[in-house]
Amino acid sequence: MKVKYFAWVRERVGKAEETIEPPPSVRTVEELIAWLSGQSEAYAYAFEKPKVIRTAIDHAHVKADAAIAGAREIAFFPPMTGG
Amino acid sequence: MASSPVTTCPVAIRIQEDDFDIAREIEVLTGSRTDIGAVVSFSGICRADDDSSKIAALTLEHYPGMAEEEIKRHVDEAVSRWPLNGVTVIHRVGRFMPGQNIVLVLTASQHRRAAFEAAEFLMDYLKTSAPFWKKEESATGTGWVEAQARDDEAAARWTKS
Repeated sequence: MKVKYFAWVRERVGKAEETIEPPPSVRTVEELIAWLSGQSEAYAYAFEKPKVIRTAIDHAHVKADAAIAGAREIAFFPPMTGG
Repeated sequence: MASSPVTTCPVAIRIQEDDFDIAREIEVLTGSRTDIGAVVSFSGICRADDDSSKIAALTLEHYPGMAEEEIKRHVDEAVSRWPLNGVTVIHRVGRFMPGQNIVLVLTASQHRRAAFEAAEFLMDYLKTSAPFWKKEESATGTGWVEAQARDDEAAARWTKS
């Protein structure tokens, strides 16, 4: 699946997007965040406060317990500050 | 039996680097229509100071694709909640200096109350739910703007109980 990062999450991860293949045991957004955090220090830093991170699946906001099965694009970003 | 008047509500949503001309956008929205009695215009402008620090510039980043879709979802909700005759939302991205336009919301209706309320509803959701992020540059460096609890509280007012 494709993963995108925005704002300081992007800066901390060090890339804007990538394709990842998490193991089948990773079923929800919060499990994906935990799995990514274990991949490197950069991810651990980006996701150090997982409750602050907002997530969208296929362009729609989702909660941490949302299932990731079938997702084409998952995005992680800080709380929004537009307008 | 009298049928209710047919009203159309054209919706324009744009994310762009270029500035916008408010007068021109109102003209596009109202055109030659005579069913519109009220247009509310809200402009968000880059401020020079954010509570304590002096801002030299602001950079707006967005999530292309989702930003347009998220704005559309809230415009659709506004159209279902208020009798609107037209909505325009323009959000700029890029780097801005104090005094420059960032966002424009236009709502048109037969009467002012619907136009006022829908414009406020749309702005409250633009701030808390549309995927845009601001980075500030000041004399002390650059940093991402933190989300404000007061903006979440403003958006929560519109939740139907």
